[in-house]
Amino acid sequence: MENEWPLWEVFIRSKTGLDHKHVGSLHAADAAMAIENARDVYTRRMEGVSIWVVESRYIHASNPDDAEALYDPANDKVYRHPTFYDLPDELKHM
Amino acid sequence: MKFLLNYILQLADNALIHGHRLSEWCGHGPVLEQDIALTNTALDHIGQARSLYQYAADIYNQLDSAERESLFTSAALLQFRDQATEDAMAYLRDSWDFKNALLLELPNKDWAYTIAKCFLYDNFTVLLYSALSGSADATIAAVAKKSLKEASYHRKWSNEWVIRLGDGTPESHERMQQALDDYWTYTGDLFKLSEADRKMLEQHIGTDVSALYDQWHSDIAAILNTATLILPANEWRQEGGKDGRHTESLGYILAEMQYLQRTYPNAQW
Repeated sequence: MENEWPLWEVFIRSKTGLDHKHVGSLHAADAAMAIENARDVYTRRMEGVSIWVVESRYIHASNPDDAEALYDPANDKVYRHPTFYDLPDELKHM
Repeated sequence: MKFLLNYILQLADNALIHGHRLSEWCGHGPVLEQDIALTNTALDHIGQARSLYQYAADIYNQLDSAERESLFTSAALLQFRDQATEDAMAYLRDSWDFKNALLLELPNKDWAYTIAKCFLYDNFTVLLYSALSGSADATIAAVAKKSLKEASYHRKWSNEWVIRLGDGTPESHERMQQALDDYWTYTGDLFKLSEADRKMLEQHIGTDVSALYDQWHSDIAAILNTATLILPANEWRQEGGKDGRHTESLGYILAEMQYLQRTYPNAQW
C-alpha cells in the first residue's frame, strides 16, 4: 500500500460553465500525469474544457459533525441579506 | 488511382494495426487510469483507420478487376463481389497485402516495450499529419488535421512516460533502455518512400517522409536526453512494411482480428 501513487481530486469546468466542479478522483504519480489521466477518464464525452487537479491531501474539509455550529447560526440573520433597499424602477439589472 | 489507394492503405494500416495492438491492453493495464488512457488512444487510432478505410473502399470500388488484381492477391478480397466497405478493406486482406510499418505490429510485451513503440511512432505521426494537413487531397487533409490533435496528445503522453521510466528507478531505466534498443531497428520503414509515396508526392497529395527523419531524430533525442536514456546507435534498419513484407507477428494479429468477419461474413450485432 505504501507504493500506491498519490490520490488526486479532479475538478472540471464545462464549456458553458463558470466554475470547476468536482467530478471524482484518480491516482497519478505527478501533476502532469494527473491532468492527463483526468483528461482521459473525465473528459471522454466532452464533459469539460478545463481541468484542475489537486492532491487529495491538500484538500481540507469541514467536519460534518460541526455542521450545526458552523451553519445554523446564519439561518435566522435576515439583516445579512441585501433585501432592504428600495430600488428605483429604472434599475433593471440589480 | 492505384497509387492513391496504396497510399491511403499505408496510412490506414498503420492506424489499424497500432490501434489493435493497443487495444490488447484493455483490462490488462498496470493501473486503471492507464488502462483507460491506452484504450482511448487505441480508439483514436481506430477512428483514423475507419475514415481512411472508407475512403479506400470508395476508390477500390472504382477500380476494374485487372487493376484490383495488380494491387492485391488476397483471395478473400478479390472474391468479394459486393461493394467494398471499410470492413472489406480491413478484414479481407492477408498480411502480404498490408502496408503498415513494421514497428506497429511488434508485440506489446510489457509497459516499457509498448511505451517504446508509442514514443517512436507518436513523434513521427505529429510530423506526418502536420505535413499532410496541407495535402492536395481534401479527404486526406481533413483526416490529417483531425488526427494531428489526437497525435499531439499521444506524443505528450508517450514522451512523459519515457521520461518517467528512463529517469525513474534503476529497474525502470534498464527496462526502458532495453525496449528502446530492441525495437529501434524497426523504425526505419516509417521513413522509406514507396512507389505510392513518390507518386503522391508528385501530386502534392503525399509528403516526403524521408525528409521528416532529421526532425524526428532530434525530437526523440531531446526526450531521451531528459530521460537519461541512450539513443541507440545502430544505423541498420529492418524494412518492408509498405511492400507487404512483414514480421511473423502480423499473421497472428490478423488471424485474431479477422477471424470473426471471415467466418461469419457480414455479421452484425
